Amino acid sequence: MIREGFRSIKTHGLMSFATVTIIMACLIIMGSVALLSLNINYLIKDLEKQNEVVAFVDDEIESEEEAKAIGSQILAVGNISSADFVSRGEAMKNYMSKYDKSLMEGIDETVFRHRFIIHLNDIEKLAQTKEALEGVPGIARVRAHQEYADTFVKIRNIVSGVALVLMAILVFVSMFIMSNTIKLATFSRREEIAIMKMVGASNGFIRLPFVVEGLVLGLLGGGLGFLAQWGLYDLVTKSLMESITGDILEVVPFLSIAPMILAVFLGIGVVIGVFGGVNAIKNYLKV
Amino acid sequence: MVRFEKVKLTYDNSGAKALDGVDLKVDDGEFVFLVGPSGSGKTSLMKLITGEVRADAGRVIVNGFDMMKIRRHKLPKMRRTLGVVFQDYRLIENMNVYDNVAFAMRVVGASAKDIRRRVPYVLELVGLEGREKRLPHELSGGEQQRVAIARALVNSPRMLVADEPTGNLDPVRSLELMLLFEKINEMGTTVLVVTHEKELVNAFAKRVIKIEEGHVTSDGNDGYFSYE
Repeated sequence: MIREGFRSIKTHGLMSFATVTIIMACLIIMGSVALLSLNINYLIKDLEKQNEVVAFVDDEIESEEEAKAIGSQILAVGNISSADFVSRGEAMKNYMSKYDKSLMEGIDETVFRHRFIIHLNDIEKLAQTKEALEGVPGIARVRAHQEYADTFVKIRNIVSGVALVLMAILVFVSMFIMSNTIKLATFSRREEIAIMKMVGASNGFIRLPFVVEGLVLGLLGGGLGFLAQWGLYDLVTKSLMESITGDILEVVPFLSIAPMILAVFLGIGVVIGVFGGVNAIKNYLKV
Repeated sequence: MVRFEKVKLTYDNSGAKALDGVDLKVDDGEFVFLVGPSGSGKTSLMKLITGEVRADAGRVIVNGFDMMKIRRHKLPKMRRTLGVVFQDYRLIENMNVYDNVAFAMRVVGASAKDIRRRVPYVLELVGLEGREKRLPHELSGGEQQRVAIARALVNSPRMLVADEPTGNLDPVRSLELMLLFEKINEMGTTVLVVTHEKELVNAFAKRVIKIEEGHVTSDGNDGYFSYE
């Protein structure tokens, strides 16, 4: 009976080809949307990291060692990815390199405070972390750009939301296309099904080749779609990297997400293939 | 065995009566012609026997199955007691003669060994030995119908039903086919042939059931029928 499924793939070559192609095309479109949103998320996360929180050490703590020691307490707050100590001397140097030196004449480094440049793991918890940091003994003031953080979070949510809606629409559209393609494919086999029914084939027996066929075509479409997606992704990211000089753009490496994408592609391929096949012959089985 | 009691059937779309209180009985081992003009209800009667449609009222018993109450999943089991032959042969075009017949055995789950033994026997019975590898379009109409008959017989049904089996054949081939049906009947299979070919029916002294406008109008063994 399983042989019937393979036999029918061979004898209905053109339709099998069309089915695989459509599964592939739908998966690549879906995959591209997913990858795009994944990369935007990745990019925003990267930008978020550059959003620093600065914790100023209390003026009364003069010695560098004493100030530096606060670092361990800062790390204990949680949600801290890094906390780099900057002494008042270094802070002044940084300042002077950025602005006109003449402004600094007659001013010594004691106007600057020792400080920690802090990066967070999760920017959504900025407000709580800031509060916690302010509670650390020896920290006088914490400067954080809450509004930037809020914007990043908002953009990320919008991108994820749009991608999700887009993908849901695509799944629906591809199901529709698939179902129609398979209906077309099975239309020519109405007669065969009618004959099978006449000689007393059970519905399960008639359905099995279609299930096998859907399974194989789904796996094939998913597998080929995965390879095509891989090639496409590499091509696009490579040309993007070349056209944008500098290191500002970083993309998610395909290999790091390949197993997940392969699994999802094969899964969706099989679901579309099998359900499409079974659904398409449902009407012919009612006789 | 087929038994109809006060069977009524209306067409789905028009609501017109296809069968209006039909009573008939065909016993095991009989050879029966079912005759009548087109639109008389012959095809509807066939469809009731094969379980393609269900009657609106009355009782239909086919080979021990109550067709008014039969569950959908039991239909395959019922159909295996029937061999069905159509006017247009209904062969699978891309399968050769052997596979068209073997296919019917595979469908009911026969073993490969049984198939290898049974198919050549049935092909010989219908006179198609040596034609196993031919595709349907390489055969004459008469030969194609023989393939269809071989397919209908291969699972040893209790009854063979043929719907206008000679509709596409010339008189000589038609007669040969009827002789084949007679042979099959003599081997113990009930045969029910639906036809409107008067000469053919009259050439055989068999029971003839005449159906007109949804009623059985005559039923006898004189082998003669005519339309008024």
